[in-house]
Amino acid sequence: MLVQVAINGEKHEAEVEPRLLLVHLIRDILRLTGTHIGCDTTHCGACTVLLDGRAVKSCSVFAVQAHGKEIMTVEGLEQDGKLHPLQEGFMQEHGLQCGYCTPGMLMASYAFLKKNPQPDEEQIRRAISGNLCRCTGYVNIVKAIEYAAAKLRQGGS
Amino acid sequence: MNKEELSVIGKPLAKVDAWEKVVGAARYADDFFLPRMAYAKIRRSDHPHALIKKIDTTRAKAVPGVYAVITGHDLPRVKFGILPVSQDEEALCIDKVRMVGDPIAAVAAVDEETAERAADLIDVEYEVLPPIMSVEEALAQDKVRIHEYGDGPNIHKAVAFEFGDVEEAFAQADLVREDVFFYEGNTHLPMEQHAAVAQWSPDGKLTLWSSTQTPHYVHRALAKTLEMAPAHIRVIAAPVGGGFGGKTDPFSHEIVVARLAQLTGRPVKIGLTREEVFYCHRGRHPVLMWIKTGVTKDGEILGMHFRSYVDGGAYGSYGVASLLYTGALQTVTYKVPRYKFEGMRAFTNKPPCGPKRGHGTPQPRYAVECHLDKIAEQLGLDPAEMRRRTVVDEYTKTANHLTVTTCGLRECIDRVVEASGWREKHRKLPYGKGVGFACSSYLTGAGLAIYWNDMPHSGAIVKVDRGGGVAILCGATEIGQGSDSVLASVVAEELGIEPKDIRVVSADSDLTPVDLGSYSSRVTLMAGNAAVQAAERVRALIHEAVAKKLEVAPGELVSRGGRVFVKDDPERGVSFAEAAVLAETLHGTLACAGSYTPPKRAGKFKGSGVGPSPCYSYSACVAEVSVDPDTGDVKVDQVWIAHDVGRALNPLLVEGQVEGSVYMGLGEALMEEQVFRKGLHKIPSMLEYKSPTTLETPEIHTILVETVDPEGPFGAKEAGQGPLLPVPPALANAVYDALGVRIDERPTHDEAAPLPVSRAALSRGSGTHDGRPRSRGHVRRGGH
Repeated sequence: MLVQVAINGEKHEAEVEPRLLLVHLIRDILRLTGTHIGCDTTHCGACTVLLDGRAVKSCSVFAVQAHGKEIMTVEGLEQDGKLHPLQEGFMQEHGLQCGYCTPGMLMASYAFLKKNPQPDEEQIRRAISGNLCRCTGYVNIVKAIEYAAAKLRQGGS
Repeated sequence: MNKEELSVIGKPLAKVDAWEKVVGAARYADDFFLPRMAYAKIRRSDHPHALIKKIDTTRAKAVPGVYAVITGHDLPRVKFGILPVSQDEEALCIDKVRMVGDPIAAVAAVDEETAERAADLIDVEYEVLPPIMSVEEALAQDKVRIHEYGDGPNIHKAVAFEFGDVEEAFAQADLVREDVFFYEGNTHLPMEQHAAVAQWSPDGKLTLWSSTQTPHYVHRALAKTLEMAPAHIRVIAAPVGGGFGGKTDPFSHEIVVARLAQLTGRPVKIGLTREEVFYCHRGRHPVLMWIKTGVTKDGEILGMHFRSYVDGGAYGSYGVASLLYTGALQTVTYKVPRYKFEGMRAFTNKPPCGPKRGHGTPQPRYAVECHLDKIAEQLGLDPAEMRRRTVVDEYTKTANHLTVTTCGLRECIDRVVEASGWREKHRKLPYGKGVGFACSSYLTGAGLAIYWNDMPHSGAIVKVDRGGGVAILCGATEIGQGSDSVLASVVAEELGIEPKDIRVVSADSDLTPVDLGSYSSRVTLMAGNAAVQAAERVRALIHEAVAKKLEVAPGELVSRGGRVFVKDDPERGVSFAEAAVLAETLHGTLACAGSYTPPKRAGKFKGSGVGPSPCYSYSACVAEVSVDPDTGDVKVDQVWIAHDVGRALNPLLVEGQVEGSVYMGLGEALMEEQVFRKGLHKIPSMLEYKSPTTLETPEIHTILVETVDPEGPFGAKEAGQGPLLPVPPALANAVYDALGVRIDERPTHDEAAPLPVSRAALSRGSGTHDGRPRSRGHVRRGGH
């Protein structure tokens, strides 16, 4: 089947089998390897991307379901050579160690902050509870998201 | 050096590799896509214990798109394993499989799906053997044997040490207490599943990119199993997506892709599924422990006798070291003048256990700290105060010949007691709420290498180009812990420049001097010291050249803020880039090597090689919990942890290591377990193998204590493993404080009665003093 998507603003099309998962379209066909696979069972959240602005685990969506839609991956966060406040936050607040869960964390929190620009800690924790991290104990991930929320409120990006 | 004199060390700086990880540019092993690349799949055993009677690859080879199918007969018949004493693994098993998941054959094909389909079409005929699923079964008979080597039928290793007469100590004691504890196995669960890519070039050279913590040991294993000259093999550790010890062994899949690349002439990639990762394992050993301690009425320890029964799984892995670690560090935290240890590791038909964060020490630490909590209660002492009195002395030798340098444990205890409000809370909170206390110590790098040699454990080259660019080449492996940042920070401090102006090239056997790997919390100290030495040598060359130019003595110069200048006349100086030109003009190409070899301090007895370290870190922890008395549900409210890190080279990164350790310790204490039924992993997926999310991870209060150890670079000790150790026992002791229920077994829940402390309720009143391990009738065995 033909799938046409806009990914990080660029149009792409590919002939795929109907059962191909979106994450494999992104990684194996479009070669955007910033989106990671961590579990095979939809649990870890490393493959989280935005589909028409909604955070989805791209291992639980078929590529064909993305037909005609806009996808945003971690590679799309940086604009005009400027890091998104979330990216800045994860760097400055040490919200990452091995970095493997980071793209999924960034995309989940990106969608979340769009909906809730003034979250408290509890809301942040709930919003990213579908994304696992084995390195950080989550403490600095929460701080990184708080950093970004504050900066976005000041019109940081 | 005073803190005021340091420009980089001690500052909370972002990781030097953070940028590539926030933009999705870091290339993990599975992110490699090379032209003409093939994909590999491994056919693995369906049985926990069986003889292989026949492997027929005909149907697999006939699948369109298949490039090669191999069995063990297509590889040199050479076994491998991480420890020289346990060379018991085959890249592809030939005659026998010893666990579900053992590799039997492998396929390279045009894509992953074709490779998987073909692997399924490999016909394997087995003669099924009775499986051995527990230590007890392993010891019960000698007819069925998993391996033909070891210290007895199905006994991989048995060890016994006695340092002083413990019986005499018990005779002098005011109180002698015995307890039995069981610590279930669990696994690392790094977010990245293992992956490797092999490329064979026409000149007969092999390159392997792998998600490994120990590229040097992979290099050695490839040379051995492929019967190749090490000089023709290049191993590169790609950025590792979490390890925690799970990527510390050489693995069959790394050897298999190398051979498939050779046979097909194509690059070959393998990415393990999450289920395969659960079977690769090498994680926490399940350990049954018996402990007997004699104390004075003040809680001073006179002697300790410790026994551990270690369920090793199907292969040796690091097991001999893991076993010794269950006995080695009991003496490093508190004064234990007489100490006796007996331990054994059994082979069972389950995935092999190995090193997980804390390697062999969280289990005995759990036992010791829960045991001491009971002793304190019996003596009517405050558990924190009792421990404080018995803390090991600085600059001493323990009963088992381990050299302690700095020890900040007393300060750690004071700080967490203060911060947590321990005195106001312990035994004073309402029913259902409680606080628990525990301490620990951990090594800062193993004092001995895995294989016997007198060479350095770590090497680094610092290269300065004529534009003032600085590159560090070092074999250390960045697994998220921040090793690249440590290297950049110490060299930046030495040369007076910024870490961000340094390039770090790491973990590439062609380009970087050997570092033994990211295990045993060794990298900051060992690679850090090597890099400091290299930088000091380069700085000496630079200062010599600048001194000539400025007509001063080299000793009058300092390097700071991107300049080299006269200390007493800061205006007189040159920029670092100008200094580099002057130095290259005077000396020629500027590159210096540094290396580090730990002090030789091991005792003169067999088995003394496990435990020595240049220095030890110390931690103290208070956990506060709320437990529902009806359901037994444990909620961790807060954790306070103080960690003696020697010196925090970068406090932001150190706190991150401590917080990650606390998180992982809580996961082990509350929910994580690697358990099997009839040889099959019960829960080989992230859906069922529960690990803490943001919602189960409490607020963590981290306190860093600095003792500036003479062994470490700028005084630094380890931070990545030690802080895990006190967390599970602090939690168990907190549950006791909340409900009056002892948990002598972790994790604190049981699938048969899914209430977190239900099992513990059964063991209420345990800890008998009759000298026999109490009945374990209620204790679940891993294998049934």
